[in-house]
This record gives sequence, structure tokens and C-alpha cells, in this order.
Amino acid sequence: MGNEVYFFGTCIVDLVYPKAGFAGIQILQREGIEVIYPSGQTCCGQPAFNSGYRTEALKVARSQIKCFPKNIPIIIPSGSCAGMIKYHWRDLFEGESDFESAMSVAERVYEFTEFLVDKLDIMLTDLGEPTQIAIHTSCSSRNEMRVDDKIELLVSKLSKVEVLEQERKSECCGFGGTFAIKQADISGSMVKDKTNAIKATNASCVISQECGCLMNIGGALEKQNSQIKTQHIAQFLWDRTNATS
Amino acid sequence: MLSFFGIELMQQVKPLKFRIDDALSNEQLHTNFRSAMSYLIKKRRNQFPDKEDLKNSRNTSSSIRSNSLAKLPELLIKLEENLEKNNIKVHWAETDEEANNIIYQILKEANAKTVVKGKSMVTEEIELNEFLDNKGIEILETDLGEFLVQLANEKPSHIVMPAIHKSRKEISRVFADHFPEFPYTENVDLITQQARKILRDRFRLADAGISGVNFAVAETGTLCLVENEGNGRMCTTAPPLHIAVTGIEKVVENLSDVPTLLNILTKSATGQEITTYFNMISSPRKNDEKDGPLSMHVVLLDNGRSKIHQNHDMQETLKCIRCGTCINHCPVYTQLGGHAYGTVYPGPIGITLEPQQKGITELGDLTSLCTLCGACGEVCPVQIPLPRLINKLRSETIEGDYMEQFIEGVRSKRKPIESFIWQIWKYIYSHSLLYSIFIKIATTFSFLSPKKIGKWSRYRVTPKPSRHSLKDLARQAGIKNE
Repeated sequence: MGNEVYFFGTCIVDLVYPKAGFAGIQILQREGIEVIYPSGQTCCGQPAFNSGYRTEALKVARSQIKCFPKNIPIIIPSGSCAGMIKYHWRDLFEGESDFESAMSVAERVYEFTEFLVDKLDIMLTDLGEPTQIAIHTSCSSRNEMRVDDKIELLVSKLSKVEVLEQERKSECCGFGGTFAIKQADISGSMVKDKTNAIKATNASCVISQECGCLMNIGGALEKQNSQIKTQHIAQFLWDRTNATS
Repeated sequence: MLSFFGIELMQQVKPLKFRIDDALSNEQLHTNFRSAMSYLIKKRRNQFPDKEDLKNSRNTSSSIRSNSLAKLPELLIKLEENLEKNNIKVHWAETDEEANNIIYQILKEANAKTVVKGKSMVTEEIELNEFLDNKGIEILETDLGEFLVQLANEKPSHIVMPAIHKSRKEISRVFADHFPEFPYTENVDLITQQARKILRDRFRLADAGISGVNFAVAETGTLCLVENEGNGRMCTTAPPLHIAVTGIEKVVENLSDVPTLLNILTKSATGQEITTYFNMISSPRKNDEKDGPLSMHVVLLDNGRSKIHQNHDMQETLKCIRCGTCINHCPVYTQLGGHAYGTVYPGPIGITLEPQQKGITELGDLTSLCTLCGACGEVCPVQIPLPRLINKLRSETIEGDYMEQFIEGVRSKRKPIESFIWQIWKYIYSHSLLYSIFIKIATTFSFLSPKKIGKWSRYRVTPKPSRHSLKDLARQAGIKNE
């Protein structure tokens, strides 16, 4: 106790990027944190909420409350899922009988990099090869959680990593959840602009706090036969600082 | 004037999907908008070097606008009183049709045949040009961008920079086609001089001038007009009759509110410290004065605004001061340009405002033109929570209830198949056991996962479920699970 946290993996990480989530858990454990991964967790409700299906979003969000009963931080490796719980659950649960318990979950939410920097003041020793990367600060990390500086700060602690600045860094990559399917052509045009800007930097890897963006940017880069890799910040940090990896 | 330059009336607009296709397949358009928006974003940023100053200024501006809305009925009555005291005749119009008829009646009574108009989005909203043209009244846009758009028989693609979709070459072509008496040039300064020559005479000869209003001050009955070309001042002073048209939400309580709003408006809109002209119009020509219009009228337009005002969750839409910076910062607008929206107001403010005014049945699909990236909300000078409003409105298109009294077509965009998918999603994701089974199947048979997910896969490879879920990895590593 006193050192415990919950880890909310998010639905995309659970299904598509489990290694990124697991790397996040390992980093926390290395810092002496006892991590609890509640087995009942599924999704914060964001996909439906952002698609206009609030009733469905509420049902799913409500099912998550009981997973986090202890008054300890909830760490989420995603700016948008953290933002969903921290800020949008207020709208979603407004007037509901469990509003208070939803808010008690919301106020304990931390985005992963935010927790490493603000709560752990983490020290990092870079064991990796020299590399040049680009950072994609996701819109929700920037405009909602306001933690876009945290990823920059963490990377700046890695002595052999050089960050290359892309044009229009703060522009949306075009993911937007179901936007990428509903308005697929606009989304496709947006991610094309984004990947072009990234390619122009000569970075070998793009890292982000957001797996949704990575699925979009990484998927587009792969489709374009680019050699540029995409990685979640947790995975990137773990790979470069873990002696045995 | 439409007929004077041999211009036909606007053609009918295509459905949204086709307009999007048109916009995305037009490389020139993409280049024009990309460079214009980048330029405007940079210009704005340079005007706000101090983040703390900007924050304070946005806070104050937001409070001023909130105050206007909180006291709207009372301020409008005060505005009317003070305008009338200033000899400015006030007219109330509930609909666009009413507004057009009022304006036409005023012009008819004054026997006005030719009208010069300053830039005004409200007159675009009521389609005044088309209306007056049908009545045989010549109406000429005098803002350079609007003039170009009128010559090209198009609609504005941006609320502040109406001809921003046009490249310099395209503009030169439009000019050369309409005014062969001038030598062809791609020099913007020369084109501006040509336009100035053409417009001068029109100002002098016009029977009436029509303008918009940026701020209507209740305390003093003053109409404020922000512009850069001096055409606004010409329209409101040279002709013997001036008619100002404005939405009812443009009222502010005190004269002392104006400097703050003006300052943040010009910086946000065009990245200018101040515009070249700022007009404060307080009355028609007085007995001892030698210029100015002999009579003045104001048309206060509702056109759905009081419904938005009553709608608590969406009321903040009306705080807008029409700076257009949300549009400049919108990544979707940057891809599409303004015409694809098919509405008077494009971009974030457009997709928030227009479906409320014209109904969800007609315009609800516009709410899909947003990634909820939040860029607009970050820059709005009066802190309208645009992403939140857009998302709320999006949910009203699918499942709203109480908003029916304020917006037409609530729930009309709910589609059975889409809805069914979300029901299944809800069922699985709200039952942890079902979810576990679903994930187990998805990861175990990941090789069977679909190769394509709709149009997603046209631009990206399709994501594949991992062989093991995070839950599996956590369990194998002995991580506590409660």
C-alpha cells in the first residue's frame, strides 16, 4: 500500500498493442510501484461517445467503475482514454445516480507519461544505439490532458536519442476514432500529409502517447512501404532502458 | 449589379459525399488552403507572444460575450432604445425571408436601384444578393474578396477571407475576363488598384449602402464595423441610405467592452494588431454635418438564434464573434476548403451552428466532419468549447431527446446497421466475461482477422489482433488483478 496503482490498459492496447501496455507496467514496477491490472476492465467508452452513441458509452463506462475501488492512482497509457475518463465522464454521467462514484474514478486518472514525470520524477539511463526519432504529440495529450511536454521531457532524458522536428507537428493525424472509417477519404488525406511530414525528417521511428494515432500513422507508413517504425512511448522507453531487452 | 456583370444565379449544390470527393481530388485547392491556413496560423501566433496575456484576454473576452448572452433580451431592448434615440430605425426580423423583405421595402421606399455592400456574413446567411437581384435591384459586393467571389459567381469559402480558395492566377483570370479594358496582370497590387477604380464610381453613384455589424453596443446605440479596405466606410457614409444587418447575438452591453473584443478579434482573425479601418457608427447625418447617410436602418435578425439561446447546452454557439480562427486551425477544413461544407459558415463554427439553424435532417451529417482534435477549442478567442458542442450535437443526431424542442431532426441520423454494431459492442464491452471470451477468440484466431476494415484499409494496413492480449501477459507475469 502507498505505492500501489491501477493500470488501465485500454481496449486498443489490450487487443493490438499489448506489449506497449506490458512495457508500461514493467517500467512502473521497476520504479518500485506495485501495479494492479484489474481483470474486469474493458474500455472507457470513448469509441461510442465520440460516435454519438452516448447511451452505449455510458453502459460500458459504468461497468468499469467497480474495477477501481481503492483510492489509488489509475495509470492509462493513452491521452484520449485518460481524457475520456477525466473530463468526458462528467458529461456522460451527468444526472446519473452513480455520478459521484464515476467522478471518484475520474479524479484519480493519470496519463502514463504524466505519472512518470510528475509523480515519479523518473531517472532514465539510455542503453540503446544512437537514433533519430520523431514525436507525434497526440491531440488529446496536448489539448485535453495537456501532457504533450511530458513525452518530450522523457525522451530528452535519453542521451542517445535525437528528436527531429516535423512540420505541423501539432496537427491532427486524421484518426479521430470512427472518423477514420466514416470520413475515410478525408482521414486518408490527413494521414498522408502527416506521414509526408514525418518522412521529410528522416526519422527512423515515430513515437507517441497514443496507440490510436500509431495505428493510423503506422498503418499508413506500412501501406506506403516506408521503413519508419512506430512505437508507443512506454515500449520505446522500456526497450532503451532495460538491460536485458 | 449581378446582371450588370452578366452573372447567372448560383447553381445547385451536390450532396456532401460528392462535394468531399471533389475537394479531395482537387490538388490546387489543397495547395491553396494548406498554404493559406499555415500563413494565417503563423500570423495569429505572432500576435500572441505571451501565453499568459492570451489566456487573460480570452478569459475577459469570453466573459463579455457570456454576459451579452446572459442578458440578451434586456440588452436588445436597450439597444433598440438607444439606436432609436440616435435616429437609427430598428427592424426586427425573425426569419431570413422577413429580413430580406424588410430590406427590400426600405430600398423600395427610398426608390433605391443600386446598392453597394460591405462584407457581411449575415447577408450571405439570408441570401440577400439573390433576393434583391430577383427584385431587380443591383447589389455589388465591395470587399475585394467578396467582389471576386461575386464576379466568379461563387460563394465565399471562408467567413473572413471569402476568396481564399482562389490562387493568384485564378483571380487574375476572373478579373481579365470581366474587365478586358485593363491589361492582364498577376500583380496583386495592380489588381487591387483596378478594383479600386471600378468600385469608386459605384460608391459615388449607389442609392444605398448595406453593411454588417461586428458589435452593437447597447449602452450607446453604436454599431461597430471592422474592416481593412475602407469599403465598409464608403458603403456606410457615401450613399444617402445605410442599412446595417446583424444577428441579435452581436449585442454587447457597454462601450468599454469593445476594445477588448476588437483587439482579440483582429489578432485572431487575420493576425493583425488592428485593422486598417474601425468604424463606430452612431447616427445618420446630423443637421450641421456635411456627409454621412441621410437615413439609417438596422435589421436585427433572429433566424434561429433565440432557439439556440434557449438551448442551455448549445447556447455558447452564440458567443462567436466570427473571427474564423477555428476554421483556420481546423485540419478537416484545411483538407476540404469551405465549399465542400455547402453552408454559409464552414469549419468548426459552421458544423456547430448550421445544423442548429437549418435542422439535423438537412445538415446533421456535417457533425461527422470533425476528428475532435480540439484545435478549434484551443484558439477560440471567446472560449467556445467547440469540440464539446460538436460532439454533443453529433449525439443529438443519433439519440437526443430534450433537444427536440430546439433543433429539428433530432435522432434522424440514426442508422439501423450502425446502431446494431454499437449494441453488440455495448453488450460485449460491458460484460467482462463476454469481453474476455471475445478477446480470447480474437487473439487466438488473429490470423483469421479481416484483411480489410472498410475504407480504412484503402490508406493503411489493417491492424491485427496480437497473439496474446495485455490481460494474458499480465496474468502470465503474475500481476495482481484486483
